Amino acid sequence: MAKLKIENLTKVFGKRPKQALKMLEQKKTKEEILNDTGMTIGVNQASFEVEEGEIFVIMGLSGSGKSTLVRLLNRLIEPTGGNVWIDGENLAQMNDKQLREVRRKKMSMVFQKFGLFPFRTILQNVEYGLEIQGKDKGNRKEQALKSLALVGLKGYEEQYPDQLSGGMQQRVGLARALANDPDILLMDEAFSALDPLIRKDMQDELLDLQEKMKKTIVFITHDLDEALRIGDRIMIMKDGAVVQVGTPEDILTHPADDYVERFVEDVDRSKVFTAQNVMIRPETINLEKDGPRVALQRMRDASISSIFVTRRNRELVGIVHADEVSKAVKENEKNIRTLVKNEVPTVSLDTPINDLFELSSTASIPIAVVDENRRLNGIIIRSKVLAALSGSEVNSHELDS
Amino acid sequence: MNWIADLWRSFIGWLAESTEPVYNWFDGLLAFLPRIPFGDWIESLVDWMKNTEFIANRFNDLRDFIAFISTDIFLSFFQLIPPIIFILILTAVSFWFTRKKRAYGLPVLVFFGLLLIESVNYWNDMLLTLSLVLTATLISIVVGIPLGIWMGKSNRVQQIVTPILDFMQTMPAFVYLLPAVAFFSIGMVPGVVASVIFAMPPTVRLTNLGIRQVPTEMIEASDSFGSTSLQKLFKVQLPMAKTTIMAGVNQTIMLALSMVVIAAMIGTDGLGRQIYFAVSRNDLAMGFEAGICLVILAIILDRLTQAFNLNKMK
Ligand SMILES: Nc1ncnc2c1ncn2[C@@H]1O[C@H](COP(=O)(O)OP(=O)(O)OP(=O)(O)O)[C@@H](O)[C@H]1O
Ligand SMILES: [Mg+2]
Repeated sequence: MAKLKIENLTKVFGKRPKQALKMLEQKKTKEEILNDTGMTIGVNQASFEVEEGEIFVIMGLSGSGKSTLVRLLNRLIEPTGGNVWIDGENLAQMNDKQLREVRRKKMSMVFQKFGLFPFRTILQNVEYGLEIQGKDKGNRKEQALKSLALVGLKGYEEQYPDQLSGGMQQRVGLARALANDPDILLMDEAFSALDPLIRKDMQDELLDLQEKMKKTIVFITHDLDEALRIGDRIMIMKDGAVVQVGTPEDILTHPADDYVERFVEDVDRSKVFTAQNVMIRPETINLEKDGPRVALQRMRDASISSIFVTRRNRELVGIVHADEVSKAVKENEKNIRTLVKNEVPTVSLDTPINDLFELSSTASIPIAVVDENRRLNGIIIRSKVLAALSGSEVNSHELDS
Repeated sequence: MNWIADLWRSFIGWLAESTEPVYNWFDGLLAFLPRIPFGDWIESLVDWMKNTEFIANRFNDLRDFIAFISTDIFLSFFQLIPPIIFILILTAVSFWFTRKKRAYGLPVLVFFGLLLIESVNYWNDMLLTLSLVLTATLISIVVGIPLGIWMGKSNRVQQIVTPILDFMQTMPAFVYLLPAVAFFSIGMVPGVVASVIFAMPPTVRLTNLGIRQVPTEMIEASDSFGSTSLQKLFKVQLPMAKTTIMAGVNQTIMLALSMVVIAAMIGTDGLGRQIYFAVSRNDLAMGFEAGICLVILAIILDRLTQAFNLNKMK
């Protein structure tokens, strides 16, 4: 069962929403309704599901209804029609008390401009959610400190928000949202107010946290790079309606219509870039020199589950897998030759990204990039390909040549 | 220059004479308009309220209550304290408020200002005025802040209350004296009532403003964690609005002070009465002495409330 199931969710801003609902059913557009009645369609019959543990990114141009939609999910805005099911319970039918309970226990929100309370210390800010649940002081503090440590803000407890930089303030916002251990995090352009470098840090940080916590995250952004970097699935909105839901690959390779295409247009530099623009330095072991123990140690250090094997002249031999190597170590096997698998997906330095794309999404191990002498030059991992498609993180110095 | 004025006057005289028939003709158009005696209506309303036992009794209760606060609580208490102790305490308090800024103007002002009041023998009048102002302020706060909060939370209430506040502030303060006397007789109590009506609006308005100025994201943050509306009020809205509300209270105090001379006309005792006497006797020395005492009191109250406010904001 999906964690969140949204059915036909609609929000009309204006005096006679029932009338606007009728017009929507008659397939009138947002613009027609605005011109005829003066009412604004915030969200137009949106239906989608968010799975447990995924980062679900909602994207769209300004005014497409992203903020409205995310606020309908915790009913900060009352829906005009439709349902929101959380773990099989209908949010739209809840009374105030039940709604408060859901907000306290199941979902928290992170805001674009942080929404911190300036008169409270960082610790008190993070404690807020627990405080209003009536948790006792010690308990509250313990949980708040834990969540501050999680976002790397140990030692700032007694400062006030205005003493912190934007990035740190948003970490506080994140810590505050995490403090009452919700299942669902709603993040409305949470990183949009940060400058690009900090923003990237925060995205990485969020991914790290997500690795540990496995929350269900609904993340709003109007930035495709960000969406591709962090999204497990992406939903694209236009004029309040859902245009497309899919994995980053789907969105990039099969845009549902012109609108989506316009989004990804920028990114369509896939023909220009080749493997050497996105490959990263591989971890390797030397077939002639290194034994299973070294191989295992290297994999541990780099936290990877397989490692490429080369000869002294960097010629690619194959790959070994951690589980087999560790077995060999236990059995006191000194030679690694028997463990090497020769079937490794390889591409040449000038393979276009487009082709890498499909390979990398099906391959379970990194793709090796080799030159004409089968020497290992680098490896391709999926996230790098995606990042490159979104227009960032290419090895530009190699592009010049 | 006089010939210009003369010429002008004769021109206007000629103009009035020659246009008189026209004027009269237009005037005739409104001949049917009866006099609308709404003053009489208000008067009969007040009479009716005075003569209805239930209402009159409620006014008496209110009167007793206000008299209790102003005379028995504030005034009697202040009179218990010897002036020199009073002066030292207030000086110490103002020193405490301004300690972080290392600006010692306020304690110095408090010390010498109060000493001056004592030296011209207006100490007791100052206490009377202080009691009046504090009572009026207290009532304004107790009524005005909840009203302001209610306004801040509801557009409907704001629509209804705003014109009433406008009315309270623009109606000349003298006019309040009449109903105040009708319901509360003369003395301190009607003075307090007139001051409250005149001085309360800033507290209400600025409370309303303060509540409405809280950024939406903060309200949303508070809601999104599942706050009840009381938790939101006390943990987010009021703390955020505090400085604005205090600015309103400060204005209320100043307006209440500006009412003391007017209140003296209905027998409210204190510095205002001394000024009123001085004016009616054409006694310039007395007028200035009492007037300057009032200014000193005003400055001290103003600076103290401001210092208090700043002190509170970390
Ligand atoms: N309180 C409101 N009253 C009336 N119309 C509103 C209100 N809030 C939003 N809207 C309208 O609803 C539509 C969707 O707005 P929304 O804020 O959800 O867009 P958004 O996708 O979040 O845009 P942005 O990227 O600028 O944040 C817009 O046309 C907006 O004008
Ligand atoms: Mg928005």
